[in-house]
Amino acid sequence: MTKRTVAKGKLWDEIKHHRSIYAILIIPAVYYFIFKYLPIWNGQIAFKDFTALSGVMGSPWCGLKNFVDFFHSFYFWELLRNTLFYSFGKLLVSVPLSIILSVVLYESQRKYLRSIVQTLTYLPHFLSWVIMYGILLVLLAPGDGVVNDIIKACGGQPVPFLTDTKAFPWIVILSDAWKEMGWSAIIFIAALMAIDPSLYEAAMVEGATAFQRTMNITLPSIRPVIYMVVLLKLGTILDAGFNQMFMLYSVPVYSVGDIIDTWVYRQGLLEFQFSLATAVGIFKGIIGLLLITISNQLVKRMSDSSIL
Amino acid sequence: MMPASDKFFHHCLDVFLVVTLIVVVIPLWSTITQSFRPNTFIGSNLEGMFLPPWKWSTAAYHALLGNNGFLLAFTNSLKILIFGVATSLLLTIPMAYCLSIKTLPGRKLLTIFVLLPYLFNVGLIPSYLVISGIGLTNHLAAIFLPSAISTYNCLIMRGFFEGIPEELKESARIDGAPEWYVLVRIILPLSKPIILTIGLYYGVSFWNDFLHAMLYLNENSLQPLPILLRNILIASGMNEFVEVNAFGDAPISAIKAASVFMSAIPMIIAYPFIQKYFTKGTLLGSVKG
Repeated sequence: MTKRTVAKGKLWDEIKHHRSIYAILIIPAVYYFIFKYLPIWNGQIAFKDFTALSGVMGSPWCGLKNFVDFFHSFYFWELLRNTLFYSFGKLLVSVPLSIILSVVLYESQRKYLRSIVQTLTYLPHFLSWVIMYGILLVLLAPGDGVVNDIIKACGGQPVPFLTDTKAFPWIVILSDAWKEMGWSAIIFIAALMAIDPSLYEAAMVEGATAFQRTMNITLPSIRPVIYMVVLLKLGTILDAGFNQMFMLYSVPVYSVGDIIDTWVYRQGLLEFQFSLATAVGIFKGIIGLLLITISNQLVKRMSDSSIL
Repeated sequence: MMPASDKFFHHCLDVFLVVTLIVVVIPLWSTITQSFRPNTFIGSNLEGMFLPPWKWSTAAYHALLGNNGFLLAFTNSLKILIFGVATSLLLTIPMAYCLSIKTLPGRKLLTIFVLLPYLFNVGLIPSYLVISGIGLTNHLAAIFLPSAISTYNCLIMRGFFEGIPEELKESARIDGAPEWYVLVRIILPLSKPIILTIGLYYGVSFWNDFLHAMLYLNENSLQPLPILLRNILIASGMNEFVEVNAFGDAPISAIKAASVFMSAIPMIIAYPFIQKYFTKGTLLGSVKG
């Protein structure tokens, strides 16, 4: 009993000591309530028949109707398929590319070439998808794009890359790889910097070639980081890249380009199906929460037992 | 003396780097050269990439910089950038600092409070209802206020603050200094790399924002650069969005490429200055976070 009151008194002292901290917390906390928690509260319209006139609270409940409608609609499988296709496609293309890039940058002995490549490959990460769309138009426009100029010069037929259902998925995946490859390499470069140089010296004494050193020291050393990156990407597998898709897709390629997020946008804000769009958003949110929690647990468990 | 197999290995590395360089440079170079393409140029865009610089024309840039719509959009984007970064840092720094104080009662609860909306994302519509509901429609603040605290950035910053040696903070606390004093006089002067890095992240996201501008800014006079840029890009013959006369006699493809380049310029200028900080800043942050 006495022990508890002492602890309580201590806690009270601690709180009193930190009162200026609670004071500076007020504004950010209010911010969180308005911009992060009010939306969650508004998420209830997924279970309602929302009309702007009756508002969030006034609209009648309708149970799981919106969810059922979505699962039964013929869009559901197409959206899920496209979303997973782009997520996995980007994962399979850009993770290996960024690993290779980071290892090459690390192993290369040409200082200037290395820093030029590093600087230029990071740069596109900072360009928006609107800018990327402009660059892609210069490259890929069917009439006067540079790539079609090359195809024509080689005697081929020009390809309308951005409106062709066969070419479009590749453009999405490759343009994303081009934009983010350098930036995604940073985390691997950081891991490479932490490798103990004495490992290489020992291997050289044993007569290992540079290639053997790369395969047997460099790559295994960053394996935990590779697992971590892949797991965290799997945790956000339903985010296939709204900004990119919104800029690049158009009506002719909706069947291969429409992902969950773009569909939510169109249903919600162009067709005013607020409740249906919110239900889809919540469905995605719940799956996302599950996946990220699981992958986070796996990362934690792994990093305990591994080199990291 | 390097063995032959090692030499070959290093040649392969060089080839990979050069190929990467070419792949990265070609799209950038073709856009830049297209923006300087003179009206009199006859030939394909491929040939245009090799046009010598003394034959370039700056007509497209003259046209853009003489266009009121473009200048207005540029100013709007600058305003969003400056107010956005200031607001974000003013909100994120205190939040990150509070999260980093290990002795703060309720720290765990606060962490959950911050993480929950980050992990459970309910999507676009519920936020749309909040932002239009509190009357931010047609205010530039609608672009930066909803994302003024990015939880991800906040956690990186917390990681950095946690990495600052406890002794430095304790010595001030023992002297009886209040916590806000520790933040302003001890923590902030040591946090230049992380503040610049996070400021850059926020700046990039606000400068590049398209979605919020499309959703909340309906008035033409408020449109930021990305919206104008997209209108210019999708205008095939320059339709109702952009009047063709407004841009003088520069070729339309040059106008498009020049507006792409102009939109990227602030990022390209700021980038080398901050590059040295962001690797340092994120590394220090992520190691602890």
